[in-house]
Amino acid sequence: MEALTIHRFQFAFTVTYHYIFPQLTMGLALLIFILKTMALRGDRVANHAVRFWAKIFGLTFVMGVITGIPMEFQFGTNWSRFAEAAGGVIGHTLAMEGVFAFFLESSFLYLLLFGEDRLGQRGHWVAALLVFVGTWLSGFFIVCTNAWMQHPVGYEIAHDGIIRLASLSALFTNPWAVPQYLHVMVGTTITASFVMAAIGAFYLLRGEHVPTARRFLSVAVVVGLIASVLAAFPTGDMQSKLVYKHQPVTFAAMEGHFHTEDGAGLVLIGQPNMAEMRLDNPIILPRMLSFLTHQRWEARIVGLSDYDRSLWPDNIELLYYAYHVMAGLGTIFIGIMSLSALFLWRGTLHERRWLLWILMLALPFPFIANTAGWMTAELGRQPWLIHGLMRTADGHSINVSGGNALFTLIGFMGMYVILSALYFFIATRIIAQGPE
Amino acid sequence: METLWFCLLAWMLATYVVLDGFDFGVGILHLFVAKTEAERRQVIRSIGPVWDGNEVWLIAAGGTMFFAFPKLLAVAFSGFYLALMMVLWLLMIRALGIEARHYLTDPLWARFWDVAFAAASVLLGVCLGAALGNIVRGVPFKEDGTFFEPLWTDFRVGQETGILDWYTVLVAMTAVLALAHHGALWLKARTDEAVEERAGRLAGRLWPLVVMLSIATTIATVVVQPNVRESLAARPWGVVFVGVAVTGLIGAHVLRQRGRDFPAFLASGAYLYGMVALAAVGIYPYVLPGRDPALGLTVHAAATSKTGLVLGVYWWIPGILLACGYTAYVYWTMPAKLSLRDAANH
Repeated sequence: MEALTIHRFQFAFTVTYHYIFPQLTMGLALLIFILKTMALRGDRVANHAVRFWAKIFGLTFVMGVITGIPMEFQFGTNWSRFAEAAGGVIGHTLAMEGVFAFFLESSFLYLLLFGEDRLGQRGHWVAALLVFVGTWLSGFFIVCTNAWMQHPVGYEIAHDGIIRLASLSALFTNPWAVPQYLHVMVGTTITASFVMAAIGAFYLLRGEHVPTARRFLSVAVVVGLIASVLAAFPTGDMQSKLVYKHQPVTFAAMEGHFHTEDGAGLVLIGQPNMAEMRLDNPIILPRMLSFLTHQRWEARIVGLSDYDRSLWPDNIELLYYAYHVMAGLGTIFIGIMSLSALFLWRGTLHERRWLLWILMLALPFPFIANTAGWMTAELGRQPWLIHGLMRTADGHSINVSGGNALFTLIGFMGMYVILSALYFFIATRIIAQGPE
Repeated sequence: METLWFCLLAWMLATYVVLDGFDFGVGILHLFVAKTEAERRQVIRSIGPVWDGNEVWLIAAGGTMFFAFPKLLAVAFSGFYLALMMVLWLLMIRALGIEARHYLTDPLWARFWDVAFAAASVLLGVCLGAALGNIVRGVPFKEDGTFFEPLWTDFRVGQETGILDWYTVLVAMTAVLALAHHGALWLKARTDEAVEERAGRLAGRLWPLVVMLSIATTIATVVVQPNVRESLAARPWGVVFVGVAVTGLIGAHVLRQRGRDFPAFLASGAYLYGMVALAAVGIYPYVLPGRDPALGLTVHAAATSKTGLVLGVYWWIPGILLACGYTAYVYWTMPAKLSLRDAANH
């Protein structure tokens, strides 16, 4: 087996697994803060909800930390040529995450979990606020790092090929960073809203903890609807226009747009057939892609076949599916949350058992959508590690052999099986104990 | 500027060793100091609020190394590949042990996670010590500026050395015992009743071993890495750290005997700071010496551009001051003593 493949697979596997946890904690931090604000205004049920979700948050946070440390390490261990070339730039944003976000989170999480009696209600609210700020800052620094790899700015290249930092503020004002950050954070809010709604629906269907469960649902559905809409427009729209502008090859590949066309259609479903350069069994909205990207029905969109093959992403099929799974699920989320919000507004959501079933069973799908979204970003960046500057094939550690890398990949897989089992077991125990 | 960042990085790593060191130490001693279920809970809860914050120092130090010395991160992390991956897995097992202990009440699984937590703590102590040993001894650089160390070869300190040889094993043993001693002092200061008493007794037994091994390690270091002598000769003020380490170690013993438990713990922290600082002074001007001195990675070669280092100062200093503030606040809000009765009632 080629070493590069194993290094790529290990990073993809560990980062995909890792991101199950932060997408829940980042969104949940916002929801806990909202609930705590309600509690501070005298809503006692909301305070039960805060204590319950803080427990889930604490457990998930620890999982996020222990699966996150390997991500930082792997830049050096598996991607040493990339680390050496780009560390002078992205090392800053990664170190800032540790210094500004992690210390804040780890300090105030303890107070959120155990400090309510000692701090009083106001102090506890501050702890919830700071945990929220910490987790969202953490997301910001990571997205700035990724945005730089998608669209490098604020650098200069020294004569030895090392990329140097020219401007720190450029990393944060990167045109790619803010849209990507908003899109990612809205995605995490969707995940947390669906999880909160699912647990609320679960309790209501069983007739347990009814007042608290109804509070879960009302907060989760309102926030979830807002977030689902924002994910599509404006954040998703901004993101896709950025891809179109700066990574046109990726755009053509992820949309399944093979040939240059005036008035290009938007592909809803279809299987890419790379040998024939076409989609099998397509369902297409005519002219829609041109309209969405240019606001003109007749605008020209360049197709994949007009780009040099050496610039094509190396797994176009998976990129195409990842993007369509994300966009498709995102649309369904708007539907589910709109319907739930309608019944919530009428005051009958807790009686609609069919809808509660849907909300409960929807739990895994936002995780899939968020993962598919990141797969779109990362597969779409290929064949580049740093877009336009360094190819993925030039970034891995040449001194770490395939055999050694495979050893650790297998080790991570085994370790994550144990992690999953334990997380699942403890989380179900917390849910079984209930919020009261 | 490069030297400033070298000092800051060494300071961060030393802080990490002192902080996460005591909770590793607590883990190492866990099975010996706590016999009943309530005592085990008491021990774990004495580090419960702080262990993950302590680990953040490792992450932050890694990040700092990444932007200030990207080449060091690239060369060292890939060269110590297997050992670092094992450190990651051990950190996971330890964290799982602490979490599982918090939520699982079934005695069978509690027992399992107790052993897993203790074993992972011992091995992490070994890894920290071996890492320090490798950095001081120097690594087998190749002509292209990279290296890859297997876990072990023939345990001799030669050109084809592995991560474990007789020297790094010696440093690792010193580290495990020093951290156990450090952890015992933490427990003595932070718990009561049987655990406090056992921790005190263990600290008393561990202390002479730590003294002997520290002396042995120091002698071995001078033999294995001649650069240390030259470095100290060139920078005689480095001897201050010998003073810090020796005073800390003796202070830890004397203060404990006088019943001043928390100062004794701080003295042990000073000893660890002194040892790490000595290592840093000893390897300078290298950040990673080579077995072949000509191939070693120097501070200047490893550092990023001047601009990057200067920009780093602007955000790093305020950031780390804030972090120290949070850390201090958490320790300040923790109960001074975690009583057995509270742990039993949980």
